[in-house]
Formats: sequence, C-alpha cells, structure tokens
Amino acid sequence: MSGPGVAWYIAIAGFLFGIGALGVLIRRNPLIVLLSLELMLNSANLALIAFARHFHNGAGQVFALAVMAVAASEVCVGLGLVVALNRKRLRLDVDSLSELRG
Amino acid sequence: MNALVVASVGNGLVWIVWVVAGFSLLASGVAVVSFSNPFYSALALIGNLASLAVMYLLLSAEFVAAAQVLVYAGAVMVMFLFVIAYVGPRREEAWSGGPTWQSVGAVLAAGALLVEIVVAVGLQASGHLGSDGKVGPAFGTPAWIGRVFLTDHLLAFEITSVVLLIAAVGGVILGSHARRGVPNPEASTR
Repeated sequence: MSGPGVAWYIAIAGFLFGIGALGVLIRRNPLIVLLSLELMLNSANLALIAFARHFHNGAGQVFALAVMAVAASEVCVGLGLVVALNRKRLRLDVDSLSELRG
Repeated sequence: MNALVVASVGNGLVWIVWVVAGFSLLASGVAVVSFSNPFYSALALIGNLASLAVMYLLLSAEFVAAAQVLVYAGAVMVMFLFVIAYVGPRREEAWSGGPTWQSVGAVLAAGALLVEIVVAVGLQASGHLGSDGKVGPAFGTPAWIGRVFLTDHLLAFEITSVVLLIAAVGGVILGSHARRGVPNPEASTR
C-alpha cells in the first residue's frame, strides 16, 4: 500500500493540534474546552501512529492506546468536575471560576 | 503493465480516501471549536473521531482504529452527551466589549504553536520522511498488538489500568462531595 507519505499525516496532525489549542485558549465553556482537549490528544495520537508506520515500530501504536486510556480518565475527572460545578449552581465559565486562586 | 495499472489505481484510491478523510478531519475540528452549543460540538467531535479512524486504517493500525471507534466515538462521547444533556444546552454568552487582550493572546499563542510545529516538522522532515516503506501484513492487527502489549510493554499496560481505576474513583468522589454540598453549602465549605 502506498499513498501519502508520513509528512502529510504530520502536517494534518499539526493543524489539528493548532485548532484544538485555539479552542482550549479561546472558549470559556468547560465542556467545549474538554472537547478541544480531545482534539489535541487525538492529533498527538495521529502523529504517533504515523511515525509508528514510518519506522515499522509497534511502540507508537501501544503508546497511542495508552494515550487513549489517559484521555478517557481525563474525561472522567473533567466531567465529574463539570457535574460538581453544576450541582453547586456555579456558572459554567472557566473565567469566572477562580475559587482556587491562591 | 497490468500490475502497474493496478498499483497506480490503488495509489490514487488511497490518495482520494486520504484527502476526503483529511478534509473532514480539519472541517469537523473547526466545527468543534466554533459551535456555540456544546451538543453540536460533541456531534462534530464524533465525526472528527470517525475520520481519524479512517486515517488509522490507512496507516495500517487496524486495532487502534477499532479501539478509537469503540472507546472514543462510543463510550467517551456517550458520557459527554449524557453530561451535556444533564447540564442543559447552555450557550456561551458573547464577549462584551470587543476583543480583550486574552482573546488576542489566545489566537497569537495558537498561531505560534502551529508555526512552531510546522517549522519543526519542516526542518526535520525535509528529505527524511518522504519514503513509504512496506510493513508486514501482521503489523497493527489485534493479535500482534496483544502480543506486544503483554510482552514488551506489560508495565505500561498495568500502569494504564491503575490510572483508569484512580480516575474512576476520583470521578465518584467528586460527584458524591457535590451531592452533600447542596443542602447547606456554607457548612460543607467551612
């Protein structure tokens, strides 16, 4: 199988990471911040798998699966925080949540 | 001659699938960031994950593609949609008073990250990453991944399970503390 080389996949992954970083930085709804974080993690996964294919090395795919598990636990904790905020009747706005500020 | 025609048709097909998947990947990524309703953002992220799975299949990572669809587009996104339905479809209020230093800085920081990635890949990749080698037919299959996971990367496998367990316990603790805090928020914070 041929097709696009690994540099094309890395370019797509870089653009996806930039879009996700923009979403994390610019949006204020914590749910959408979490979704953009998923975009960034997935772009890293795409780069890992592209390099695993390029270097014929399985460690990249194994690490991508580990990243997937870490992303699932991050979503678990993040959504737990969102539910806790909603129960305390706080505004879902990452700019107005400053109770932990030192 | 015949084999050459077949090979070039297969190559063109791979390119077409790649272009379609890449376009839908970037378009759904922009949609995730730009929708004001988190429900639509989550639906766009499902499309994003599906096109990523197509990319993984093109990179001969069959097991990772299947896990992506099952774990991400299935379990994680269902959890997201449940929480969005629980919280209610709140729209983000528009920014008041024009672009602040924060939003301008955010756009600048994201652009700087993108430029950094492009420059780093371009400097390193020129000449090195063009070739596309052959991999064996077993590369990326579930049997191969399972063998690698349980021999070479056994410690990573076990640590991953511990991380998932700790995250699940943390989610439960976060939820139960909030439930006790509702009747008398003052008493629980003091």
